[in-house]
Amino acid sequence: HYNTEKYHHMRSVSVDLNHDASLLIDIPDALCERDKVKFTVHTKTTLSSFQKPDFSVPRQHEDFIWLHDTLVETEDYAGLIIPPVPPKPDFESPREKMHKLGEGEATMTKEEYTKMKQELEAEYLAVFKKTVQVHEVFLQRLSSHPILSKDRNFQIFLEYDQDLTVRRKNAKEMFGGFFKNMVKSADEVLISGIKEVDDFFEQEKTFLLDYYSKIKDSTAKAEKMTRSHKNIADDYIHISATLNTLSADDSTYRHCGGYYMSSFVFLQKVEGRVASDQELKLTELLRYYMRDIQAAKDLLYRRARALVDYENSNKALDKARLKSRDIPQAEEHQKQCLQKFDKLSESGKKELTSFKGRRVVAFRKNLIEMAELEIKHAKVSSPIQPRDFYTLIHVYNM
Amino acid sequence: QNSNFKENEVLSVTLSVQYLFQLDDDEEEEEEEEEEQEDKFDISISVKDPEKIGTNDMNAFQTPLPMFRNKTFTVRRRFSDFLGLYEKLSEKHGPNGFIVPPPPEKSILGMTKVKVGKEDSSSADFVERRRAALERYLQRIVHHPSLLQDPDVREFLEREELPRAVGTQALSGAGFLKMINKATDAVSKMTIKMNESDVWFEEKLQEVESADQQFRKLHVLVESLVVHRKELSLNTASFAKSTAMLGSAEDNTALSRALSQLAEVEDKMEQLHQDQATNDTFNFAELIADYIRLLGSVRGSFDHRMKAWQRWQDAQAALQKKRETEAKLLWANKPDKLQLVKEEIAEWEVKVTQYERDFDRVTATVRKEVVRFDKEKARNFKREIINYLECLLQSQQQLIKYWEAFLPEAKAIA
Repeated sequence: HYNTEKYHHMRSVSVDLNHDASLLIDIPDALCERDKVKFTVHTKTTLSSFQKPDFSVPRQHEDFIWLHDTLVETEDYAGLIIPPVPPKPDFESPREKMHKLGEGEATMTKEEYTKMKQELEAEYLAVFKKTVQVHEVFLQRLSSHPILSKDRNFQIFLEYDQDLTVRRKNAKEMFGGFFKNMVKSADEVLISGIKEVDDFFEQEKTFLLDYYSKIKDSTAKAEKMTRSHKNIADDYIHISATLNTLSADDSTYRHCGGYYMSSFVFLQKVEGRVASDQELKLTELLRYYMRDIQAAKDLLYRRARALVDYENSNKALDKARLKSRDIPQAEEHQKQCLQKFDKLSESGKKELTSFKGRRVVAFRKNLIEMAELEIKHAKVSSPIQPRDFYTLIHVYNM
Repeated sequence: QNSNFKENEVLSVTLSVQYLFQLDDDEEEEEEEEEEQEDKFDISISVKDPEKIGTNDMNAFQTPLPMFRNKTFTVRRRFSDFLGLYEKLSEKHGPNGFIVPPPPEKSILGMTKVKVGKEDSSSADFVERRRAALERYLQRIVHHPSLLQDPDVREFLEREELPRAVGTQALSGAGFLKMINKATDAVSKMTIKMNESDVWFEEKLQEVESADQQFRKLHVLVESLVVHRKELSLNTASFAKSTAMLGSAEDNTALSRALSQLAEVEDKMEQLHQDQATNDTFNFAELIADYIRLLGSVRGSFDHRMKAWQRWQDAQAALQKKRETEAKLLWANKPDKLQLVKEEIAEWEVKVTQYERDFDRVTATVRKEVVRFDKEKARNFKREIINYLECLLQSQQQLIKYWEAFLPEAKAIA
């Protein structure tokens, strides 16, 4: 069982969320049962559209996917950036490591094994923290959005006190994931191929396509960096264990054995914290905005589609006029296409502009926090002489 | 006769080894192994008044003998010369129970050579490792009061040109390993039951064997640390590049600048990690490798003592046999053969006494050597680890400066 209460301050990939008292959402609690994570979604609201002012419901990851998909497939929201769906909780890495650890138990000292196990448990916890964070931010993005917060399915998600599984199944049959597949396949080509009439969108298109590929690359590189830090932290565990054995067996090392071990234990802690903070502040930030930019690209795609439809309707109208047949239908169709396109353009412009601001603010917050944490870690270890490592460990643990 | 020094004056000498770029020799087709043996090193010796060298200078050694003609001089030696010196010293002093410090060998024990990074940085690493190892090797020799007296050592340090050492193929790579392993195999194969007065030796041998095990394990771990540190350095560099690209794509001016600054910080981190990898290698991994080699020599000295004991036992057994033969001959009444046997008995009695004395002498030497080794080890190991850790901590301090410089940039984002 995992209580998110004390980790409230950790949520930072998106800022300025959850400040409107009319609808406050958080995930105070989460439970990990084998492969499934059960989130407790807690809502506090002053809106009359809800039955109660304060309530909680249990939700699974699949419920979040269902909600996201229904939003994406709602025609009325075509001009909005739909907040990216939270990724599936992935415990694969720590689980595999735990398995390997179990196999290698015989080859290490009891102390080493205990430390490695502790590290893995911390890793499990970190994955847990991350997944809660990203699911919570998803809901808070919705609740802060003037239009999306009023969505009927969103309300059902928050309020419905039964299992959503049945509803989810029905929804899948209705939409069949059709639209999603379309978006995935052709968007790059369509977006870049279109002749843009609006300067704003032309710039946005260029910017987003370029930025996406760069942020994707940065995310991957940040992940590799974090993994290296973790490897080094693990090495320190094994080294400290070996030094410990050395000092236990050999009379000449005995008087300084504890000292060596504590030094490396300390180093391992610092390295481990650097890795996890970097992960949360930097890697998660990059990952999140990579997905958000994909959502923005999806918006551009929908608008591009609407433009194509409009252009096609123009051609159809010309044809109709040429043939002097079905002109009123063609005119009506063309009018609708134009309306839709204009609506998407207007809404899209607003969304993309606020997206810029949101991104910049989030980067600022996370970069500041990361720098402050790095300084804190380095400061803890530096003014003290190696001789005082014993004291250091106690200080750091406080 | 040296007029520069008074008879009882103790001289302080510093010794350092520098690597010269490989000089071209006459031989055209050299195998890699031979080429390697031709690596050349300069040994600089400088003799100073004892007052001028502080007691903290661990590199300085003292000699009461007026052995050096000049105050400062340099000699040039090939890598094979160092190996040759070791061969001579171990042949002469090993059997007497001395722990002869071993030189670095061709393929360093237990090390996995991982070439991460550019070709030249990896070979520059190797060169520096070798140079430092050779320097430590010589330092150990000259700090050993008995070995310092050896004329081969003095010749090695002083003579203009040394004749090329022959038969050092045995000391490269596999040959060296075989030699070390021979000593250890011999010790483990012997199921000799020695008497109680050797409990000290029994315990010590066990300590040495377990230390050897742990040091080998430690070596593998530290090498793994080096690999991971180098990977971190590479990954940081690549992240820095990526962040710079992201910064240039960013359309918000302040954020763009902050991202470029972040890229610069990460670039500086890469250098820090690279330096750390060097620290890991030279102040940790290399020292562990040294200890593994030394422990091999220590086990070798135990082996020599066992051999001396065995020789004494064998002589006693031979004497006993001769006495039995004598008894038989007395009954058989063969005066000629009896006389021969009596002479042989006398010979063996002398040998038994000699070998017993030898064994006692070797035992005393081994004991003294091991005590000396332990003391040095205890003092040095702690100092070396502290040195290593202090480098790590300095790195952390540098890190603070970089992040503190970045923080205002992050705060300036608007």
